[in-house]
Amino acid sequence: MRATALTSRRFKKDAVLAVFGGSALVCIGVVFVAIVGEMLWQGLTSLSWTYLVSAPSESGRGGGIGPIIVSTAAIVGISMAVTVPLGLATAIFLSELPRQHPRLARVLRQCIDVLAATPSIVIGLFGSVFFAVTLGFGLSILSGGLTLACMALPLFVRVAEAGLRTVPGNYRQAARALNLSWTGTLVHIVIPAALPTIGAGLALAIGRAAAETAALIFTSGYVDRMPSSWFDSGRALSVHIYDLAMNVPGGDQRAFAAALVLLLLVFIINLVAAATLTRLFGQAGK
Amino acid sequence: MSTISLSNKASSPSRRDGVLRGAVTTAAVAGIALLAGIIFFVVQESLPALTEIGVFRFASDASWHPLEGAFNMAPMLVGTCLVTVGAVALALPLALGAVVFGRFYLPPRARAWVRGAIIVLAGIPSVVFGLWGLVTLVPLIAAWQPPGASLLSASIVLAIMITPTVALLSDSALEHFPREQVMAARALGLSNWAIWFHVMLPARKHALATAAVLATLRALGETMAVLMVAGNVPALPTSLSDPVRTLTANIALEMAYAVDTHRAALFVSGLVLLVLVMALVLTLGGKSKTVAAA
Repeated sequence: MRATALTSRRFKKDAVLAVFGGSALVCIGVVFVAIVGEMLWQGLTSLSWTYLVSAPSESGRGGGIGPIIVSTAAIVGISMAVTVPLGLATAIFLSELPRQHPRLARVLRQCIDVLAATPSIVIGLFGSVFFAVTLGFGLSILSGGLTLACMALPLFVRVAEAGLRTVPGNYRQAARALNLSWTGTLVHIVIPAALPTIGAGLALAIGRAAAETAALIFTSGYVDRMPSSWFDSGRALSVHIYDLAMNVPGGDQRAFAAALVLLLLVFIINLVAAATLTRLFGQAGK
Repeated sequence: MSTISLSNKASSPSRRDGVLRGAVTTAAVAGIALLAGIIFFVVQESLPALTEIGVFRFASDASWHPLEGAFNMAPMLVGTCLVTVGAVALALPLALGAVVFGRFYLPPRARAWVRGAIIVLAGIPSVVFGLWGLVTLVPLIAAWQPPGASLLSASIVLAIMITPTVALLSDSALEHFPREQVMAARALGLSNWAIWFHVMLPARKHALATAAVLATLRALGETMAVLMVAGNVPALPTSLSDPVRTLTANIALEMAYAVDTHRAALFVSGLVLLVLVMALVLTLGGKSKTVAAA
């Protein structure tokens, strides 16, 4: 009697857990399918090769997004050109030298935590003063790229550091036994071994930078012409979507098309990162 | 390879090691300098407002009408807090439910697939959520409780946006939970319910709390998704269907035309955000690295 009562109560509680968890997962799935589906549904009609390469007209209601794609690529390119060397060096410091400089490493870690959590709009404020005014780059692709670099840096550092740390210690011991210098060990053994994770970190950082809007509004600006140098203002794809949706009456349709392009771009980039990270950490880690 | 470096006297291994050590240490110092620079510039640009207007008027002025010299920031601070709390309250149970389901009921292969999908979803640009909210969700809510663009819509859109991140963070918090403990609990005849609430949750409560704080940080700092669906009226909301303006949206909306004291007051908005973020990060006490990648 008692046993069956217990079993049935047990069964009920487990069923609650399974039903709640399962419906939560399904709910998340449905919402995201709805969002992505709507972008596809509304965006596909305006999407064409001419749309991707031609210049926008009537504030984006007509024409395409050619110059905007170029500006986006330039902004993201500049940000990665800064993030990767600086981030890799920082990650090497955090994974290789914390014992030599324990205090510096601890403070740096705290700073990276705060930087990672700093709202992008605040980093945008900083960029609009420091890069645009103090360094005199003005409202430009360069200012926008450098601002995004500040934003993507903590993400890249964390993933790259995690990658460097997972390189087995006996790799280093073998390198030491072969009289390889520290630099040689890093360049020829540790970094190549961590390369998949570093690559995934790069992909995540590119995705984060390409997705950013707030930090760009007042650093790289709104100008939707083809940029001729990196001191020109250039409109990023995400800023274009925002502007079409909020400030341009009747811009919804084009906003969906641009959103679809951005979504596909970010999906592909993140898919690469997810596949790599899942293969490296997902199954091996458990 | 070592023979190459030995034969090349100009850059002996030890010298190159010294150069590299110097370079990476410089990068480390640069990382710290970056945060110091952000704080310095935001404070410096806020100072005119803090000295001219004074700290108290940011809470005691009648309203936020910067062009007429009224600088009450309290509605925006309240708006930020309410939207954040609403989003986290919606996202946390949803994400945790999904994670627990994945842990107990999905085969490892399916779980890896779901995790991969969620990493991809976590990267969806916030402006896409904003667009979806603006075109789909706001009209839906407007049909029920006008005007639609409201505290409720902002919380929902933000919750949808942070749910994948919260799920990844809480999943990482449960990563490497000793399998022996789960097996021992099962051998004792414990149900999944009991294993979750009495074995796993108590053991990982700090890591899960960290995940919740990181989720809060993410929601707190979001601009676009909120800006596009919150209605942006700088007044205290009295119900869920009232429009709100957050501190982040305030900056994005007015920075383009703000000058002098008004501009400085917007930097004060940024400073308030920065202080909130630093206070929350300090409560983590350096534990966020346990849930690094997400």
